[in-house]
Amino acid sequence: MAVFSRGFTGRRREQDPSLPPGQYLTEDFPVLSAGPTPRIAIEDWQFTVRTEQGLLHSWTWDQFTDLGLEEVHTDIHCVTRWSKLGTTWRGVSLDKVFAVVDTHDEFVMAHSYGGYTTNIPLADLLDGQAWIATEFNGGPLDPEHGGPARLLVPHLYFWKSAKWVRGLTMMDRDDPGFWEQNGYNLYGDPWKEQRYS
Amino acid sequence: MTVAWQVGRVIAAQRETATARTLDIDVPGWSGNLAGQHLDLRLTAPDGYTATRSYSIASAGSGTRVQLAVDEVPGGEVSPYLVDQVAVGDELEVRGPLGGWFVWRPTVPTPVQLIAGGSGIVPLMAMLRSRRDTGSSVPFRLLYSVRTAEDVIFRRELEELASSGLPIDWVYTRSAPEGWAAPAGRVNKDSLAGAVIPLGDAPAVFVCGPTSFVEAVADILVSLGYPAEQVKTERFGGA
Repeated sequence: MAVFSRGFTGRRREQDPSLPPGQYLTEDFPVLSAGPTPRIAIEDWQFTVRTEQGLLHSWTWDQFTDLGLEEVHTDIHCVTRWSKLGTTWRGVSLDKVFAVVDTHDEFVMAHSYGGYTTNIPLADLLDGQAWIATEFNGGPLDPEHGGPARLLVPHLYFWKSAKWVRGLTMMDRDDPGFWEQNGYNLYGDPWKEQRYS
Repeated sequence: MTVAWQVGRVIAAQRETATARTLDIDVPGWSGNLAGQHLDLRLTAPDGYTATRSYSIASAGSGTRVQLAVDEVPGGEVSPYLVDQVAVGDELEVRGPLGGWFVWRPTVPTPVQLIAGGSGIVPLMAMLRSRRDTGSSVPFRLLYSVRTAEDVIFRRELEELASSGLPIDWVYTRSAPEGWAAPAGRVNKDSLAGAVIPLGDAPAVFVCGPTSFVEAVADILVSLGYPAEQVKTERFGGA
């Protein structure tokens, strides 16, 4: 039951196969955040993984980046409908982080400086699918885009790529994070348009 | 996806500024919305091509009539159609209401400071209307930053609210009206400190506008001591 919009023709006729349904291309890098931008000095930054046994794995900035940065070329898709293709990041693969973490839990809550949270299945963070990114386009990641470090899980809507990330907590069930409690989908696959709950 | 597309009909349209227009849309299945929520709007071309964008809702409460205020994005695909082409009687598809964070509920007694940049006034207008329409006595104050006096959206209604007691602080960034006491310019720490509900009254603060405006204002608020968790933001556009 399509309702046609009288006189509307649209600008882009061709559908880019890199573009998930309902998305449009943007050249700039929009910012979406629920509150003020936290300013975290690298000297104060710490990254922590907490397991179900209560074990804490912690890294300082230097310890963390010493795990090894790799370059990531990827498309990113925001639930507010912009997509940005061919972005370049550098970050630490979460495979390297989880190589030293012993857990049976299948879900993860990412925590950020400023209090933001988002939930992700562990399987979506492994096998070269996710990073803790510290650089964007050849320079340090700006605070308004999540610097000094943000989660990068580009195969899910970008709210899952938590800005200002400070740690991951293992969970035995898929509890909702911040936006997931505020009307957004628990998983967020852009190719299935899993926008809202 | 559980939120279904619904067909609405444009029942009123009014030019607000050189680039912005309000659209009143009657959506028979609309469930009502909280002040500050948004909706998705979808246009469909004759060949089935669709373009969807999110818009803040300027109205709040129960009822099936929703109001949008759309500011034209130069070179945009959807906003020029909504500002220049769509006419009263036309159908539009919408889905919503969406979003549960940047909202004001009339039952919360905390004083409210609203800070708008440009068309960021839209969800804040919904909060002002919700307060008025529910007879709320919660203290509200609005700071509205515009380029010039000609860029004010909802001018008449804001003047009415001001004359019925709402404190409104105006900031003109490009040119101020003749005789205006302050020179044109962006908000800074000093001007903001004197134009918002004092820290001691522990206000809830809602900031909406272009990214650079919201970043600047939110940083100043935090530096003035306003707790970050009391400052809710909604940004649009690139950095």
